[in-house]
Amino acid sequence: MRKLIVLAAVLALSLVTASAFGADPLKVGFIYVGPIGDHGWSYQHDQGRLAVEKALGKQVKTLYIEKVTEGPDTERAITRLAREGAGLIFTTSFGFMDPTIKVAKRFPKVMFEHATGFKRAKNVATYSSRFYEGRYVIGQIAARLSKTGVAGYIASFPIPEVVRGINAFMLGAQSINPDFKVKTVWVNSWFDPGKEADAAKVLIGQGADILSQHTDSTAPMQIAGEKGIQAFGQASDMIKFGPKTQLTSIIDDWRPYYVRRTKAVLEGTWKSTDTWGGMDTGMVGMAPYTNMPADVAAMAKATEEKIRSRKMHVFAGPIHKQDGSLAVAKGKHLDDGTLLGMNWYVKGIDDKLPK
Amino acid sequence: MRLVLEKRPERNRWMQVASPLLAVTLTVLFGCILFAVRGIDPLHAIYVYFIGPLTTLWSIEELIVKATPLVLIGAGLAICFRADLWNIGAEGQLIAGALAGGSIPILAPHWDSSLAIPAMLLLGMLGGMAWAAVPALLRNRFGANEILTSLMLVYVAQYLLDWLVRGPWRDPQGFNFPKSISFNDWHLLATFGDGRVHLGAVFALVVAAVLAVFMARTLKGFEIRARGEAPRASTFGGFSVPGTTWLCFGISGALAGLAGICEVAGPVGQLQPTISPGYGFTAIIVAFLGRLNPLGALFGGLVLAVCYLGGEAAQVELSISEKTAQVFQGVLLFLILACDTLVRCRVRLERGTQGSSSGQGAAPPLGIEDAGSRAASEGAAR
Amino acid sequence: MNGLEAVLLTIITASTPLLLAAVGELVTERSGVLNLGVEGMMIMGAVTGFAAAHTTGSAAVGVAAAIATGVAMALLFAFLTQTLAANQMATGLALTLFGIGLSGLIGQSFTGLPGVKLGAVYLPWLSDLPLVGPVLFAQDVLVYASVAITAAVAWMFKRTRSGLVIRAVGSNHHSAHALGYDVAGVRYRCIAFGGACAGLAGAYLSLVYTPQWIENMAAGRGWIALALVVFATWSPNRVAVGAYLFGTVWIMGLYAQAIGVAIAPQFLASLPYLVTIAALLAISGNRTLTKVNTPACIGQTFVPDR
Repeated sequence: MRKLIVLAAVLALSLVTASAFGADPLKVGFIYVGPIGDHGWSYQHDQGRLAVEKALGKQVKTLYIEKVTEGPDTERAITRLAREGAGLIFTTSFGFMDPTIKVAKRFPKVMFEHATGFKRAKNVATYSSRFYEGRYVIGQIAARLSKTGVAGYIASFPIPEVVRGINAFMLGAQSINPDFKVKTVWVNSWFDPGKEADAAKVLIGQGADILSQHTDSTAPMQIAGEKGIQAFGQASDMIKFGPKTQLTSIIDDWRPYYVRRTKAVLEGTWKSTDTWGGMDTGMVGMAPYTNMPADVAAMAKATEEKIRSRKMHVFAGPIHKQDGSLAVAKGKHLDDGTLLGMNWYVKGIDDKLPK
Repeated sequence: MRLVLEKRPERNRWMQVASPLLAVTLTVLFGCILFAVRGIDPLHAIYVYFIGPLTTLWSIEELIVKATPLVLIGAGLAICFRADLWNIGAEGQLIAGALAGGSIPILAPHWDSSLAIPAMLLLGMLGGMAWAAVPALLRNRFGANEILTSLMLVYVAQYLLDWLVRGPWRDPQGFNFPKSISFNDWHLLATFGDGRVHLGAVFALVVAAVLAVFMARTLKGFEIRARGEAPRASTFGGFSVPGTTWLCFGISGALAGLAGICEVAGPVGQLQPTISPGYGFTAIIVAFLGRLNPLGALFGGLVLAVCYLGGEAAQVELSISEKTAQVFQGVLLFLILACDTLVRCRVRLERGTQGSSSGQGAAPPLGIEDAGSRAASEGAAR
Repeated sequence: MNGLEAVLLTIITASTPLLLAAVGELVTERSGVLNLGVEGMMIMGAVTGFAAAHTTGSAAVGVAAAIATGVAMALLFAFLTQTLAANQMATGLALTLFGIGLSGLIGQSFTGLPGVKLGAVYLPWLSDLPLVGPVLFAQDVLVYASVAITAAVAWMFKRTRSGLVIRAVGSNHHSAHALGYDVAGVRYRCIAFGGACAGLAGAYLSLVYTPQWIENMAAGRGWIALALVVFATWSPNRVAVGAYLFGTVWIMGLYAQAIGVAIAPQFLASLPYLVTIAALLAISGNRTLTKVNTPACIGQTFVPDR
């Protein structure tokens, strides 16, 4: 009881001293799911935040909360940023979708940007990257360089984004070598260096001589280096962790998008949009092509250019599903709706998709 | 020189009030140094951390939301720990409760009835209870250590939840993303104020009060305390040891399950791979902050909620990294635990090196201790 | 590199940190103390090990730093639980919270830097043997250390007076105290030993397993180590068996996937825990097995009567 009285006293005292805020610069808020030190997903988003600060200087002030659990805490964390006076808030993980929509209803004057989701509102825009475009390019490189004809793929969770990546990789590889094989191991985590390292070793033991990953740590790159094979990086340029190992890396580059959207708010032109940006928007970048013969690098660059200029679509028909049925006919390509919900493998992949 | 503890014959009333204050004072001092080293105005930081969360209606509501599951679980664990039973798997029981209770809105989304919520709550409690029954059974029947069986079942529950929301219970319209359908309005708990504080907060208050009376005034409550404080005497007194085990695990499991279903039918509103940021583990600390008293759990839950919200505010307002906040919380807990000693024991500095090095040093007390006083002293030491 | 060799090597790497942390915790628990802060000590060992190795360029310095940090963390725990008689569960949990936070803070400036890898030992002739060579005779020092420590601990409990004293203190601290043993002193040393081993396990993560610093890289391994100790019913030899069993189940789960056997990964991941519970059931029925080793005082606070 006495504690309650103390608590009440503290409360009364503090109500008197509550502070006020002046709000000159536009406050831009960011919610991260991981620590910014993960050197992967959240790290890249934080690079975007820093880019906003750098590009717009005194016009903006950025706020962020890292390691926000997807669950009961999310709504509060977003609300906190809104209450702090943020005019624009980026919520950078799929699991933040419903809380973002909820908070947006209560703060109609604040603009929200939700990464990788599909629910929008008047003040909620969504954005994501077509990472799969990069995966097609690395699939081609893998098929050109692999001696065993087998690539290892370290996957996180069987969600459409990851499945799409595996399919794009396979299609790229098949365009060079129709008999190419991909072996997949699901580690059921976005980020667990130890498990990713184990998965890498297992895949190498199964005959893979090139590794690709859809998880965030640099561990597979290091293992590949130790075993003397090549690997592709993920999310950020991992060349520091594999100077002799990394072939290239698919880079999530949120900087241009974040700067552009912040500017739009400053200028009053912001609208709720659905952006799914590919190489043409700069959201998907490729690290320099290293550790490969010049002709392979040239081929990769040519493919990259074709995708960038929209001369080719990664999921252009004819594409057959794993069971042999036709997914899309020649002359057409898979539409975005199908891609967003992709839960089947293309023909040629031997694994079963975990359900 | 060495520190020597002497047990007080009774808990010191004065110290009981002074020790938490001392702990908070020391933490604030430590905080000042930590913040000053990092170049932040210490007074402002302390304000943001401890006072800020109490200054607006919004943050007070959030405080209640955060404290609700902690109090529910903490109060149940307090009883368990009092009986010398170590259920540290409340996190798993919370998940089991959320799964059992959440089965209604997912499997029967159109069942719009006034019975739906009570049924969900009941199933939630049963789910938590069932999960807690496993360590109780293993202990009663096979003598297996409950600390680790309950802990291991946490992981099993987490994987079960993970499997369900990625598999059978996945929202068919959700683009394969790992989450269940959002619960319909009639499957969500009533809310108050700004729409965040939910019925669970009322449950937490009621549960803490009822359990306090139960422990202090009923025979069963006495049985539980006796089991923890003087196990042999309690057996002589005819109390059943397995019976107490069932009861304590049942209560704490049911309450953790209740917390679980309240979370998913409250702030979360659906099932997803993570539904709790470790409430089941944090509640262990809550139980201790509350001195293993169900009413104390109310206080413990609020302190930890302030800590957590203050840490989040500090991230935003002072750009203190989330890690600093975590270190700060750790230190606060250490200090509270350390200061708690003052309630139970007198601390003296003693000169000389007697007994500090070799195995034979300490002067053994004469005579053979009798079982009763030994057990009583063990109880008091907690 | 052939398949079998790769499997064995992977299993050894996955099992070693578990074994190191578990055998340390085993000694702590045998003395009657339950330290739930293994995860916190491990992650602190990982960050200081990496930091020291990166700064000095020497992996050996890193290992030493990791051990020292583990001991320091353990002594903090010991001071609270032994000298101040604070509750062990709560203190252990607080230690984990504190360790994860502090390691993140220390590690901020070391994120994304390439690390120093602790090299493998090369034994002329032996290391070149087919299969046996790379698996048994070309590991790094820490793998050998984990085996040596386990053997030493087993020998200590079986053959030495110290082992006897630790067991006496763990099974009845009041009798041990009455016999003139310094209960708190013995426990201090056992807790410190546990910390050293957890620190070493951390060093293995950041210097061998994945030579870099990443926040929260222990990813729950400390908790598995705790489970292992129970799985082994406090027997050092069975801890070794258990650690390798855990490692094997995990790695074989990955292999099953790679060769296209579809099993729910969540099921595989929870398998070790289910196995442990089943094993507990099996041995709990066997009185002799459990009675001999179980420290009866585990988790209880001891304040001597005066």
